[in-house]
This record gives sequence, C-alpha cells and structure tokens, in this order.
Amino acid sequence: MTTNVEPAIVPNFDAVEGEGRKIAIICSKGNLDMAYPALILGNAALGEGVEVHLFFTFWGFDMINKKTMGDLKFTMLGNTATHMPQGLGGLPGMTAMATSRMKKSIADLDVPEVPEFLDQIVASGGHLWACRLSADMNRLGIDDIRDDVEGIISASDFIEKTAGAQLLFI
Amino acid sequence: MPVTTLSGHQIHVNDEGFLTDPSEWDEELGTALAAQIGITMTDEHWKVVRYLRADFATQGETATLRRVSTNGGVPVKQLFAMFPQKPAKKMAYIAGLPKPQGCV
Repeated sequence: MTTNVEPAIVPNFDAVEGEGRKIAIICSKGNLDMAYPALILGNAALGEGVEVHLFFTFWGFDMINKKTMGDLKFTMLGNTATHMPQGLGGLPGMTAMATSRMKKSIADLDVPEVPEFLDQIVASGGHLWACRLSADMNRLGIDDIRDDVEGIISASDFIEKTAGAQLLFI
Repeated sequence: MPVTTLSGHQIHVNDEGFLTDPSEWDEELGTALAAQIGITMTDEHWKVVRYLRADFATQGETATLRRVSTNGGVPVKQLFAMFPQKPAKKMAYIAGLPKPQGCV
C-alpha cells in the first residue's frame, strides 16, 4: 500500500521578483506626525529584505539633528483632520498638549520615539543620509547630527546612490 | 486548508505554508521547518523561537521584530543575521505561528 504524501508547502521567502528591490524615502517634514510615515514604511521595508535609504532634507533635518530629534512636535494648527476649531490650536500650551497626547498614543502601541526608531532602522541595515543644502542653510555639520548618518550629501549624490529605487517623498 | 506531512508530522498549513494550528508544533518540527528555508538551528535560534512560542501563548498573537528585541532581549541586528532578509516572517514560520500582524 502506498500513501500519498503532499509535498510540503514552503513559503517563498526569497522570491526572485523581490531581489534587488530598493526604496528611497525623502523626509522633508519636521512635525512629529510627519516623521512617522517614513519610519514605519522604511522599517517595514527592511523587515521584508528591501534595501532602504532615508534622505533628510529641509524640516526633515530635525529628525536627525541631535538638538531637535527628541523634541518633534505635533500641532493642531492648519490640520483640519483633528476636527477641532482651528482657533483652539493657537491657544498657549495647545501644541505641547497635542504633542504629549500623540506621543502617548504612539507609546501605547509600543512604537518607539523618533531617535530610537532610527536606531532600529540602522540596526536593521537602513541607510541614513543628510541633505547638504539643509545643513548649509542651518550652519550644521556632521557633529550636529546622529553619528550613524552616513554622510551629508548633495541631492545629485542621493539620486545617484538610489539608482533604480522606488521613491517616496514625505 | 492543505494538510501536509513534514518529517513524520502531519500538519495543517495555510496556502503559504505557515502552520494554522500552533499546537501541532514541537521542536523537532521546528528544526524541519527551519531546514525547509535553509536555516540550521543553533542555541541562539532556539532562544528566539522559544520566546516567540511563550509570548504567543500569553499574548495570542505573534511578536513583531521590535517586540522580540525589546522584550525577548535579542538585538535587531542579530535577528537579521540569524534569519536573513525577512526575520519576522522566518521566525514565525519556524515557530509554527502565524505571520506577525503588527506594523512595528
């Protein structure tokens, strides 16, 4: 008597179509709520074996500036998605309150703060790059930014380094 | 739902090959699952897989990479070295658990 044994189904973790995939994310905003999309997507891509490059430019530079990276803020002002009267957002203390509430909801989901999230991204093999023009505009140098930023580079250098990458501007 | 046999174990799997009933798993099967995806289990691998199993038993969901590093105490860098390319999914597969649902 013979038994029919179905061949084992093995997940195709190393599918050829995913090979060599690269994602470049341009982080141009320094608001707390606008820092997270890049961090979450970049981190997810790394976890899928995708090569990830983050480029910090303009206000996004705040995400890697040692002075500001732990102190990004969220404001209701100009953000209709809070569904609150816009006038409220301008009252003293409102930005601080909105920021601490958002930080709490993020922490409750066990999502790290921005600096720690970038630590995780680097540990996962992600690459961080700082924008030359933004550094010059703010008179900042390599000592002012996270040590794991691989370099302060021009826009053309970033484009060159990310040849063939899928690009996301945030 | 396909039923398949792996190293003498009859197991229920989904269409990707992940076990659908975590109770069908034992460490011998874990070794066989790891071999299927080209991973040889070491003590370090077992530490991670045992953490995943224990955490799943109390939480009811598969730990994400971040949870394995912060609660399980294995650094992210090491997880990428042990389970290359797609650590979260590979760990879950070997541990006979569903893919993690969490984003971070």
